[in-house]
Amino acid sequence: MLIHNVIFSHFEQVAKEQDKQLQPLHDNLPLRDSGLDSLCLAIVVARLEDELGVEPFSAAAADDRPFPTTIGEFVNFYEVAAHA
Amino acid sequence: MLSLGESQNVFRCTIRTATGDVPLGLLRNHSCLDAAASLLDGASVVVWTTHPAEAAMALVELDGIARRLVLCPPGIGPDLLAYAMETAEASAVVSDQPRPEEAGAATWIRCQRELQPAARPARSRETEWVLLTSGTTGLPKLVAHTLAGLTDAIRVEAAPCMRCSMGCSSSVWSTFYDIRRYGGLQIFLRAALSGAPLVLPDSREPVADFLARAAACGITHISGTPSHWRAALMNLGAKSISPRYVRLSGEIADQAILNNLSAAYPKAQVIHAFASTEGGVAFEVTDGLAGFPEHYVASLKGVEMKMEDGSLRLRSNRLATRYLNHDAAPLRSADGFVDTGDLVELRDGRYFFMGRRDGVINIGGLKVHPEEVEAVINRHPGVFVSLVRTRRSPITGAVVTADVALRSGENGGPELARELLGFCRSSLAGHKVPAVIKFVPQIAISETGKLIRNG
Repeated sequence: MLIHNVIFSHFEQVAKEQDKQLQPLHDNLPLRDSGLDSLCLAIVVARLEDELGVEPFSAAAADDRPFPTTIGEFVNFYEVAAHA
Repeated sequence: MLSLGESQNVFRCTIRTATGDVPLGLLRNHSCLDAAASLLDGASVVVWTTHPAEAAMALVELDGIARRLVLCPPGIGPDLLAYAMETAEASAVVSDQPRPEEAGAATWIRCQRELQPAARPARSRETEWVLLTSGTTGLPKLVAHTLAGLTDAIRVEAAPCMRCSMGCSSSVWSTFYDIRRYGGLQIFLRAALSGAPLVLPDSREPVADFLARAAACGITHISGTPSHWRAALMNLGAKSISPRYVRLSGEIADQAILNNLSAAYPKAQVIHAFASTEGGVAFEVTDGLAGFPEHYVASLKGVEMKMEDGSLRLRSNRLATRYLNHDAAPLRSADGFVDTGDLVELRDGRYFFMGRRDGVINIGGLKVHPEEVEAVINRHPGVFVSLVRTRRSPITGAVVTADVALRSGENGGPELARELLGFCRSSLAGHKVPAVIKFVPQIAISETGKLIRNG
């Protein structure tokens, strides 16, 4: 499955589990407006680490690179890390 | 009772091991030591044996003679032996092992099952009994007790009884614990003071073999941690024993394990006790329910309890007297209470254990007790046991994850994981629900019979 699809399915699953109203996902949607709170995002990141074998946030923090702020940046963040 | 050897019952007790019986009665006029016990008069002595029965013999021989007896549990290598000797200012070691270099010039006395005829020396001293903490974070601490404190919770009854919570003459005791740790020592003392046989596991004996042997010995009373019991219930051998008294301590007894044990042993009284190396035996809960009734706080005889900063504090004659380590914080507070570090919460007239203060997970500033989450997961009928831990998160600092071992015949998959998450969500706040559930074949327990939480 494409990384994009994996990420979207986790967003949908976690929103359902945590009883959150997920906004229609598109590249320009800011993460903070997605309907997921930080706990939901933390769960998504933990599950993506298990499924994709990467957790790009820690390396970005160590290199002083900015964290993604939109859905598109979030997907790209993982695509770059997965292909590194 | 000043010393163990003053109780005639002790000499009626036989320790039954995988490698043979050790009748303590022979110690009336024999010695297990290769030197006169009187040589150790007033000495601080470390007992460093491979087998628990050898340690038990040394205790019976030297209590009342040595000034101090330090009981080394299994897993204490030569380095830690040297540390224990130094901390306890020991001048002698009693062991069934050859002397390691680390022991230096200390008197080395061999302890063996082949007994030598010997007269019993006079016992005039109150020996200090010293136990080692499990030392999961750093070096173990040396915790001093008196025999009076260690035996304060023990009531020996002369007549056979069906509902005893202590030893009695028709009982055959057993324990999954090593008797050189607090929980196991309590069982040794119960058996010894009531003159009952005590069936002990060998350190390398598989659980199934131990249970088969315990069954053959007709054990009636048996104790262990909830983790010990889960391991036993996983084993077909658990069906072979038919105890009338099942005791849990050392970890939180959740409702699932209490129910499982009652179902496995319908004729047994299943009780859970709260005790710790520093705090001694505080109380026993006999109603089959997790937690303990609120009225215990005010009504226990001989044990005072109070809650401060959410944790249970104890004051009684059963408390340890002090740490031998000079650099350790005082064992008791100024008002004489020991802080157990076990957090409790009052709900509907009952206190429930939430977990250890030092085990709390912080999720974005919100607290999670792993044990609270485990108790919920363990209630699911497909679950055998779970271990909840923390995983570092770049978003919230940490998230909760759960390793889950299923009952045989259950298959872990995404569907069951979702069901378990739903199960958790129905009774836990969102931040306590595991982010990830991983199915594992089994969950490891430590030498002390507890879930291994670090790592």
